[in-house]
Amino acid sequence: MLLIHCPYCDETLPEAEFTYAGQAHVVRAQDPSSQDDGQWEDFLFMRENARGPHYERWRHFHGCGRFFNAVRDTVSDKFLTTYKAGDARPDLSSLLEGQE
Amino acid sequence: MNAPVPAFSTDASAGTSVVRVTTAAPCARLSLRARGELGPLEAALGLDLPRRIGARAEVGETEVLCLGPDEWMLRGPEAVAPTIRAACDEVYKTHPMSLVDVSGREVTFVIEGTSAAELLTLGCPRDIDRLAVGEGRRTVFDGATVVLWRDATDRFRMDVWHSFAPHVFDLLATGCRELAAEAA
Repeated sequence: MLLIHCPYCDETLPEAEFTYAGQAHVVRAQDPSSQDDGQWEDFLFMRENARGPHYERWRHFHGCGRFFNAVRDTVSDKFLTTYKAGDARPDLSSLLEGQE
Repeated sequence: MNAPVPAFSTDASAGTSVVRVTTAAPCARLSLRARGELGPLEAALGLDLPRRIGARAEVGETEVLCLGPDEWMLRGPEAVAPTIRAACDEVYKTHPMSLVDVSGREVTFVIEGTSAAELLTLGCPRDIDRLAVGEGRRTVFDGATVVLWRDATDRFRMDVWHSFAPHVFDLLATGCRELAAEAA
């Protein structure tokens, strides 16, 4: 079972308490009516399907209930970091350096 | 088919020499959500709201457990609910918050005995030993969200929603027998 660090509870807890919630940093346009069909398609349906580090959202469902962001390697299933929702996207190269 | 709620006896109990599960008497439970300045709210309630998730505070017979960054569970004797609601209504005009009476939503199981912590490992993936005495957490027990309160090394309270209660109780009762068989 994966152990996931919840940035709100500040504890590393079993995966069974968490739910996956899709790709992170998908931003809805400030002015939705100005978007054309192609832009809506990108926003609604186009996701990265990364092989390697992936920025994604998780929710501490059976706990504090909060959504937060994580960087997880989709090959090794290893979490590089987790951070609070709304925080800036952490720089990938420094995360990878920290792992070695 | 789902069993109707009254099918679960509110005085269910099970137990052996090593661990015992009983159903606690009904109490008042209030779910509080508030953000921003908490000072006026604390002054009205007459207690300090713990800020760290899992921390508890107690004033008289009223207990508060911090469940999330902006969420608390208040519990106490049934008579205190109107007092707390009146206090919060006063502050609401200047500091909007959400206070919901959820007394009828769940039942509490008291789990005590030398093997109480071991019994919980049956359905809870957390490391129970890391839950300090005098704290509490919302967690999962065999798929159902529960709130665990640790009152002593060998005494826990578990708040379970009514619809999950028969399943959780049956699992705990089976666990009691298993642990007793191991000890024998």
